This record gives sequence, structure tokens and C-alpha cells, in this order.
Amino acid sequence: MQKLINHTGVIDNNWALIETVEGELPSGQILVPASYWLENLEALKGRSDVGIWFAADAQIAPFLALISDVAVIAINFPAFANGRGYSLARLVKERSGFKGELRAFGDVLLDQLFFMRRCGFDTYLLKEGLSGEKAVEYFATFADPYQLAYDKPEPLFRRKGA
Amino acid sequence: MYKYDDYDQRIVDERVAQFKDQTDRYLAGELTEEQFLPLRLQNGLYVQRYAPMLRVAVPYGLMSSQQVRKLAHIARTYDKGYAHISTRTNVQFNWPELADVPAILAELASVQMHAIQTSGNCIRNTTTDQFAGVVPNELVDPRPYCEIIRQWSTFHPEFAFLPRKFKIAVNSHETDDRVATLLHDIGIKIVRNSADEIGFQVYVGGGLGRTPIVASLVKEFLAEKDLLTYLDAVLRVYNLNGRRDNKYKARIKILVKALGVEAFAKLVDEEWQHLKDGPGTLTDQELERIKGHFTAPDYKVLSASSELKTQTQENKAFSNWYNRNVSEHKVAGYAIVTLTLKKLGTAPGDITDQQLDTVADLADKYSLGEVRGSHEQNLVLADVEESQLFALWQEAKAAGFATPNLGLLTDMICCPGGDFCALANAKSLPVAEALQEKFDNLDYLHDLGEIDLNISGCMNACGHHHIGHIGILGVDKKGAEFYQVSLGGKSGVGANVGKILGPSFARDQMPMIIEKILSIFVDLRIDGERFIDTYDRVGQAPFKERVYAKAN
Repeated sequence: MQKLINHTGVIDNNWALIETVEGELPSGQILVPASYWLENLEALKGRSDVGIWFAADAQIAPFLALISDVAVIAINFPAFANGRGYSLARLVKERSGFKGELRAFGDVLLDQLFFMRRCGFDTYLLKEGLSGEKAVEYFATFADPYQLAYDKPEPLFRRKGA
Repeated sequence: MYKYDDYDQRIVDERVAQFKDQTDRYLAGELTEEQFLPLRLQNGLYVQRYAPMLRVAVPYGLMSSQQVRKLAHIARTYDKGYAHISTRTNVQFNWPELADVPAILAELASVQMHAIQTSGNCIRNTTTDQFAGVVPNELVDPRPYCEIIRQWSTFHPEFAFLPRKFKIAVNSHETDDRVATLLHDIGIKIVRNSADEIGFQVYVGGGLGRTPIVASLVKEFLAEKDLLTYLDAVLRVYNLNGRRDNKYKARIKILVKALGVEAFAKLVDEEWQHLKDGPGTLTDQELERIKGHFTAPDYKVLSASSELKTQTQENKAFSNWYNRNVSEHKVAGYAIVTLTLKKLGTAPGDITDQQLDTVADLADKYSLGEVRGSHEQNLVLADVEESQLFALWQEAKAAGFATPNLGLLTDMICCPGGDFCALANAKSLPVAEALQEKFDNLDYLHDLGEIDLNISGCMNACGHHHIGHIGILGVDKKGAEFYQVSLGGKSGVGANVGKILGPSFARDQMPMIIEKILSIFVDLRIDGERFIDTYDRVGQAPFKERVYAKAN
């Protein structure tokens, strides 16, 4: 059973990921593929029980003006070494007005959690077998990093001066 | 040089703890080989042919004598008593035990050093002119900008898993380029605009490897304060658009070529409009703070040393060394000395623990306690009083650092090759050694003049063969080692990728082939021409014809 965590501990996963939509949408809180969501924009925009998941290679630009009121957006990491999702996360969080929950899923391991948090992720569906309790320790690897990112809107050289 | 504050020290200390935890989990079987691989790579740890190789970062090549002594200590305690200066001015240890690496990192952290991002698909050590800050005709000291880039790139959360590795170089010299600026993913040339403001020309998409390409100009003038927001924009465009399906097509140079320079520059500019003038903009206070770490020392007011003139007249060996290995300093009465690590019988760039200690002593005694590494795998003492040169030369000579061959044929760049590296197709060190043996006559070398000869053991081009005037590339032909020769490469201003001469040669033919190339040059040169000048004038045809005429 994969653990879903936020920055403080293990939480319940109430959103089902629909890999491909066939026929009718299932009921309950669901994450649909980004391309499906865009194709069915009129029916789905504003629905609080439908979130979106993006593949790592998704083109994010067409979505940025449309997703401000989506409840959950998930970004896939097909392999932890594929870091495209970090840029996608920052664009979603910093350039779309999105205020919901940003979730990482796929090859989500401990040693990348610190970077993911900095780029704006809120929740993480850990790879099968990883301990959620242990994982939360990995958000605090570095106390005061140099760069600005989603979590710290100013770089260290401005924070220090403050 | 830059001294860590509490924030810098904490980041490095936290890194030591992080890597210790990662190593412990790997050794306990909690991290798979595949999961540990990029983590150790981002800490400069390769698993090589015989043992791990640890690459220690030397930001823009600058070290204090205390740091050099620490490297000597590490070589002695954890390795087989030597280290290797790489072409990115880092220092490599070839024989550490994996389990010792956390302890080595803790030792490094105690002298403000680390191995962060010296490998892996992330932003690597930024390099610059080894004569930065002391050479005449420099616009401004480039090192503060290198340090600003170092801090920005260290654990950048968005760019830790790029499509491929990413290298940045900064040059500030008006006429020379000792750092191969245009062969980097980003090459930054410091310039002054018509309004007398300092800023940057930004070149993107250069690189060696399988597809050598000279970088293209994407930004004519970038203001000083905009450096980091613009770099963020370039990296974001690359991270979003670079290829991840084929590692040989994943460098930014391939993206720039695929999109075309104009379209690429436009994408970057569109992204930059969102970041420009935001909180990532450098403040005057931060620029002043970093520049304050690189102010000129209190130079003495010295007059030209009359003693020096007598010493060069009376001692031919000293005079050879002085003419070759000593460069002009911007302050009268001082000189820049290059300690060459290219002695016959030693792998280029290799240095023993005792030699490291000696270098540290020489730096303390003669050069304000600082040492620099160069892209040609030599070491530099940047602030030597001219009147001390003779004494320094005697000590350097005794330690094996005074071979007067700087810039000559035997001052070659060479990667560790198949003797050490798991990636290599062929050995490179035995070729270097055979050439050093064949061409050990100093008068002949001086007569040939400046020649860059670079050797790589595989297509990854760590030995920079593409940009040697003479480049040698080790290739594998059905399990046998062969060597391909290219001519006409250049690394500096007017950078150019060399052109392959023709079919490759067996290793034992190489000294004879190089001798033939040199004799063709000697036949064709007009007075005062360097090898590359003659080559540029006559082209490859005469070399090709004559080298292969007899070989066939």
C-alpha cells in the first residue's frame, strides 16, 4: 500500500487516479488525465470532485489560465531522475493562481522530497514500500538554502539582509 | 578568496550529514544501486574500473594553502598517495573506499570544501581564467560572478535532475580566453556597454562530447543585476524542452540547434520577462559583499628586478623556464607562475601528496597562500614577486614542477582514460607517455612553439581532443584500441572544433604519426607561425596527403 504524506505525516488518500477515462467518469473524487480535462473543459471546470494529473512530458502552457480553482493537481515522476516535474510544479504554483493541493506521484523517493517541497508540492504519494514516518524527516535536509523557490520567495541574500 | 559565512558552512555540513545517511542506507540495502547512483554522482562519486573515484569541487580553481594541505592529507590517508587535477579544475581521488567517503567529506567541510554537483545531470562547477584578478587587460575580476553562480546553483531545487549535465564558464579578459568559454552549455563573457556599465554577453549551447558545437550568442548585453534571473530562465527552458529520450541528444546544445538560436533566445526571453526585476535580481549589497571577498591584496611598490635580468642571462635553464612558465602580472614587480604537472613519466595532472604539501608551502612562502588549478591541468601561483622567482624556480624544480613546457607540445591535456575510467574505449595515458618520451628534447619543443595537444580516451571528450590544435581520440575497433587524429581545434577566442584527419592508427604508430604531422608543419611554416597559424593558412590537405601517403 503506497503512503500519501504531507509535510507533517501520513494522510488519507481520497483521490483516485484515473489513468485513462473509458466511458462514463467514475463517481467520487478523481484525478483525470490533463488532455481529457482540457477536451471536456466545459463539463469539468469548476467541479470540486475532479482534479487533473499531468504526465512529466505535458505541455503546461494551455492550462495555466484555466486551473485557478481546481482542487487537486498531480504531477507524475516516471523516474526520479526525470526532473521536468519540478519546473511544471513551479509554473502551476507560481503562474496560474492555483490554490489547491499539488501532489507528486510516480517514482517519488526520499532524497528528492526536499527539492519537491521547495518547488511547491504539498502531498506526495511515496513509492511502494517507503515509510511515511521516515519520509517526513527528508523535508528538512537543508535549513536555509541559497535560492528563492516557491517555498521561499526570496533568495538567501535578501533573507539574510532582512 | 571567498570565505564561508555561517550560512555557507551550514549548507556544506548538512550535505555531509545527508550523504552519510545516503551511504548508510545504500550499504544497508535500503537504496538500490539505481537509486543511489545519481545521489552519489551529485556528490562526485563514480564507481570506476577498480574503485570509486571522488571528484572534489574546486570552485573556479581557487584554493588556499590550507585546502591544498587537506587534499594532501586525504590523498595520503584515504587514497594511494596522489590526486589528479581535472580539466574542470577539480581534484580527483582515484582510490577511496565508498565507506570512507562520508569521512572524507567531513574533512573537506572543515576547510570549506565539498564535492557537491561535481558530477550528475546538474549544474557543475563554474570555471574561469586561472589568471583571474592578476592578469593585465582584464575587464573586471570574474570570480565574484563565479561565486554568485556557485551559490545559486548549489542544490537549486528545480534543476537537480536536468536532462543532462550543465557547465558554465565565465571569461573577463579582453583578448584572451583561457577557459574555453564557447565550449560550455553557457559561456558568459563579461563586457562593458556604451553606457560604461558592466554586464554579460551570454552564449548558450556549446560543448564537446559526441557532438562538439561552439556556443551561440543569445543575449548581447545582460545587466549585472540580471545574471541569476536570466540563468533561471535559460535553465527552465532547457529543463522543460531538453530531450530526455536519448542521452546523446540531451545536452542544451542539441536543443539550441533543433529550435534554432533565434527561437531558443525568444523562448528564454519570454520566460525571463516573468522573472526579470523579481526577487532573484541581484542587490547592490550582495554584489558588493561577494566582490569584497576578491579585493586585490596589498601589493608592494616594486621596481623591475635587476637581479632577475642577470639570473636569466646567466642561467639557461632558468631562462627557459622564465620565458615559458612565467606570465605577466598586472602589478609591476610581480609575476604569475605556472607549476606544470606534465613531467615525463607522470600522468598529466597527477600530483602526489608530498607534492601537494610542497605546493602549499610554496604558496605560503611566495604567493600569499593561494593556489589555482588550470583547465590545462597545471597549478598556478598568481602573486610572486619577481625578485623571488629564482628561488621559487629552484624549489619547484626539485619538486618536479618546473618542466619549462607550458603551452608546448608536451603540456598536453589528457583524461585518465582506460587505465582508470570505466567509460573509456581506449587508454590515453600510455599515448601521452609515449609522446612525452619521443618529444623530450626541449630545444626541439621550443622550436616547434605553442601547440595544444589534447587526448581523450572516448567520445565523452574529457581530454578536450576536439579543441586541441592536435586532437587524439581513443576508439574501439572490434575490441582493439585505435586512435583518431583531428587537426585545427581551438579553445580560446575564435574557438573551433578540429577536423578528423582520416582513418585511425594503432597505439604504437602514434608517436611516428605525430612526428610526421610536426615535420609537415616545420616544412610549411613561415617564420613566426605557430602550428595552428600554419594549419589555418594551408588547410588540412597537405597534412592528410603526407600522413597517409606512407601509411597506406
